[in-house]
Amino acid sequence: MLIKFTGGKVYDPANGIDGQVRDIYVRDGRVVTPAASDRVHQEFNLSGKVVMAGGIDPHSHIGGGKVTIARMMLPEDHRGHEVARGDLTRSGCGYAVPSTLTAGYRYAEMGYTAAFEPAMLPVNARQAHMEMADTPMIDKGAYVMLGSDDYFLRLLAKGGHKEQIKDYIAWSMHAAQALAVKVVNPGGISAFKFNQRKLDLDEKHSFYGVTPRDIILTLGRSLQELGVPHPIHIHGCNLGVPGNKETTVSTIRAAEGTPIHLTHIQFHSYGTEGDMKFSSGAAEIAELINQHKNVSIDIGQILFGQTCTASGDSMRQYGNTKSAHPKKWVVMDIECDAGCGVVPMKYRDKSFVNALQWAIGLEMFLLVNDPWRIFLTTDHPNGAPFTTYPHLIRLLMDKTFRNEMLRRIHPGAQAASILGSITREYTLYEIAIMTRAGPAKSLGLKDRGHLGAGACADITVYEDNPDREVMFTTPAFVFKNGEMIVRNGKIVKVVTGDTHVVRPEYDRKHVEKPLKEYFESYHTVQMENFRLSDEEITAPGCGHAPGTCGCLVVHPTGART
Amino acid sequence: MSASQAGAPAAPASAEQTHVHVTCPFCGLRCDDLEIARTGQALRVTRNGCDKAKAGFERPLTAALPRVAGRTVPLGEAIAAAAALIKAAKLPAYGGLATDVDGMRAIMSIADKSRGVVDHAFSEAQGRNIKVLQTSGYFMTTMTEARNRADLFIIASDVHTFHPRFFERVVCNEKSMFSETPPKRTIVFLGEGYDTSAAVGTRIGDVVTLNCPINRIGEVVSALRMLKKGAPLPADVIAGVAKAQIEDLLARCHKAEYGVVVWVPPGLDFPNADLTVHQICEFVKDLNVTQRFAGLSLGGNEGASTAASVCAWQSGYPLRVSFETGAPHYDPELYAIPQLIASKQTDCLVWLSSFTADLSPPATDIPTVVLGSHDLKLAKEPDVFIPVGTPGIDHRGQLVRCDSVVSLPLRDLGRSANLARTVDVLAAIEAAL
Ligand code: SF4
Ligand SMILES: [Zn+2]
Ligand SMILES: [Zn+2]
Repeated sequence: MLIKFTGGKVYDPANGIDGQVRDIYVRDGRVVTPAASDRVHQEFNLSGKVVMAGGIDPHSHIGGGKVTIARMMLPEDHRGHEVARGDLTRSGCGYAVPSTLTAGYRYAEMGYTAAFEPAMLPVNARQAHMEMADTPMIDKGAYVMLGSDDYFLRLLAKGGHKEQIKDYIAWSMHAAQALAVKVVNPGGISAFKFNQRKLDLDEKHSFYGVTPRDIILTLGRSLQELGVPHPIHIHGCNLGVPGNKETTVSTIRAAEGTPIHLTHIQFHSYGTEGDMKFSSGAAEIAELINQHKNVSIDIGQILFGQTCTASGDSMRQYGNTKSAHPKKWVVMDIECDAGCGVVPMKYRDKSFVNALQWAIGLEMFLLVNDPWRIFLTTDHPNGAPFTTYPHLIRLLMDKTFRNEMLRRIHPGAQAASILGSITREYTLYEIAIMTRAGPAKSLGLKDRGHLGAGACADITVYEDNPDREVMFTTPAFVFKNGEMIVRNGKIVKVVTGDTHVVRPEYDRKHVEKPLKEYFESYHTVQMENFRLSDEEITAPGCGHAPGTCGCLVVHPTGART
Repeated sequence: MSASQAGAPAAPASAEQTHVHVTCPFCGLRCDDLEIARTGQALRVTRNGCDKAKAGFERPLTAALPRVAGRTVPLGEAIAAAAALIKAAKLPAYGGLATDVDGMRAIMSIADKSRGVVDHAFSEAQGRNIKVLQTSGYFMTTMTEARNRADLFIIASDVHTFHPRFFERVVCNEKSMFSETPPKRTIVFLGEGYDTSAAVGTRIGDVVTLNCPINRIGEVVSALRMLKKGAPLPADVIAGVAKAQIEDLLARCHKAEYGVVVWVPPGLDFPNADLTVHQICEFVKDLNVTQRFAGLSLGGNEGASTAASVCAWQSGYPLRVSFETGAPHYDPELYAIPQLIASKQTDCLVWLSSFTADLSPPATDIPTVVLGSHDLKLAKEPDVFIPVGTPGIDHRGQLVRCDSVVSLPLRDLGRSANLARTVDVLAAIEAAL
């Protein structure tokens, strides 16, 4: 069946299309270039409407143990945010930490067709995938967290052979069914278990003697040599600590040209100037990012209101417990593998610190020149729930609106920020880069995030409303694999998205011999059960035969070097 | 490689088949190092199982068939009868919930559709932790972390009785990741009447017992907190424990590199036991200001942690949850099935118990549908009985461990091809609603 999308204004940055009126054809879930003689079976007249690929969120905590801890901890987040069962949809609830089904529906209703869980602990990978499997409508995948796991730190401390470390990283990606690798407070989660309370870039882990710099460089270079498309996804040292901009600057320099992705950089861009000893480091860091083409970032924008922070960074989250609102929190040491910290948080526009955090995030968005290297995130739910994206987009696209909002925040923060003097307004083209083409390119999803021939027909159609918040809240249509799933912001069909993974080459026999010994000596899980099989992660009831499940998409890696 | 790993069809009935890396579903520890030999339908634990595991795996398979009103019927008829009862009910109650992740997913789906209530048989015990989570939170660790790191264990429940391999796997292990010659560990039993026999071996140093009634552990911990803050104790003896002993314990805590307090929520079975959990968790927090300490909560038997986790990610709430209005509502007291039965608010009980023979449905006169293991003990013939396979024996599956962090795959040991999977039965019932 050939479907024609006629006459929409298309924003498809991967193919250089900037709002030109184009027809798009879809057959069997893919964008195609039909022959002149092909008959059109269905046509959507999109004249006057804006057409983009489906949105892709490259950093959103949608699945895994810590999110479920947050769900359990916060009934007050859910009360008043219940969603009743519909004709097509299941019930659910939640604002900052919605239930899985509700999260999937909300993403789709907002025009997103993919979201990626960025902090999957290897030992929690099975559950992360279970939760993602229960998140309908969207594609998903996850970044496996390494760098505070004892096996890696032991290898590094022993001066382990480069190839051995690469094999282990690749093994972990296979075992956890991952799309990328993330490092969180490099070495710091482990150091905290030895009662170290901070670990700066060049500070030694008290037991292993290695530094965060060693860890970042090893992971970064290894991933590059393994041909993994997405560079090392770094949640750096000193999250949330005033003065941490110095660490961020040093981290960028430390990479020495190796591709790196710095996540939720807003939380890592703080200076210590002023009476409050808290200031914006956005300008300095943005300048550095503009100079360093090997660096990409996402923001982790905060927006005002109640949310919950959930992170693998047990060390820094423990530090943040003093700001918990409401006053309750969970911190965990996990399995000689990782950790986590779940701390509810209320960001207030009348608080100097929160207001300046808000401004710092926006400054960063507006001062980094290259939209291909900056992705739109709130680090859901850490800065704000993902449902605030339309509001955030309006802040970026509408200077008048932004300045109006700026006037409402703590006056000290207004004075301390250069935000009011920035005149830049994002274009639709740039938004399409930041929320589609850029993340897809960075993650190596060649057939997503664009609308050229061969692309997966995940398509979002918006009314061209000058109020961009309204526009991006309620798309006119959303198509997944060429099927209409949302109309006027409401679900019309429930589908199950794909799971995306990459599988770099490695020598299994070689790596599993010492690993098996390690698991047997120290662990409480057998290596064979630590690994997650394909059958375990394919969508329940997808109808595919085991081993041939089309819902599991393995993306190619580059050649190992 | 065993046949189950290769995915090959079952061997001839007489041949013995060995399964390795088998996960045990019979308590919340989820040991996954078992070896099991199967000859025909008979299973034998040949390596690493405790008595509980042996009792669970080795019970002979009985020939159970679906029944309606005590009469053997084809599966389809039993499914139709179950659907009719649920359809007629004002408020169906889904209880027991001793199942795997897929089984629990199916329960959530049918409860949502039929506007019922979900409540695990052990929600009460699990709720002791959840109340603390929802009021103040906690600092926790997990089994591998404790196994390698802890030099002090404070055991605040009868751990060995609930989890027979906990000491073997987490406390008495000879190797530790952080030292070639790991130091001996101090074991403090806080509470009386515990089985302390497992605290033996080369790793065990001082073993101290603070004899206090289990329902007064909270008072001793509160005294520890007061002493730590420099406040005077109200008496020289607290809950039967002398002040000097409490001071000694506090000194041991301060000396520890990594201390762990272990409890089993169902073991703290007395009114307001959440306050005891709260005291323990706050003490752990107090210590963490300057040193490292963590809690380790066990329990999770009969799939309790799996049920709570799946319910939480799918509905937003841990158990107990009602879908009566069409949206999830959470109330750990109101939606307790024993309470709903006693107050006649529920008019249909659907009981799911697929692991042991012992997790029987409560006695009730309301229409009852039981999805049970082949040999589930029934005080009374339910309206509908459907025998279902045991996850990890009759089909594969997944279970969440007691720490709610680790989950394990369950293998199909190929025992019976006749026992239906819970998920299939529930899906068929739901489709017939
Ligand atoms: S301790 Fe528990 S999980 Fe381990 S073998 Fe015994 S019953 Fe099974
Ligand atoms: Zn994050
Ligand atoms: Zn499939």
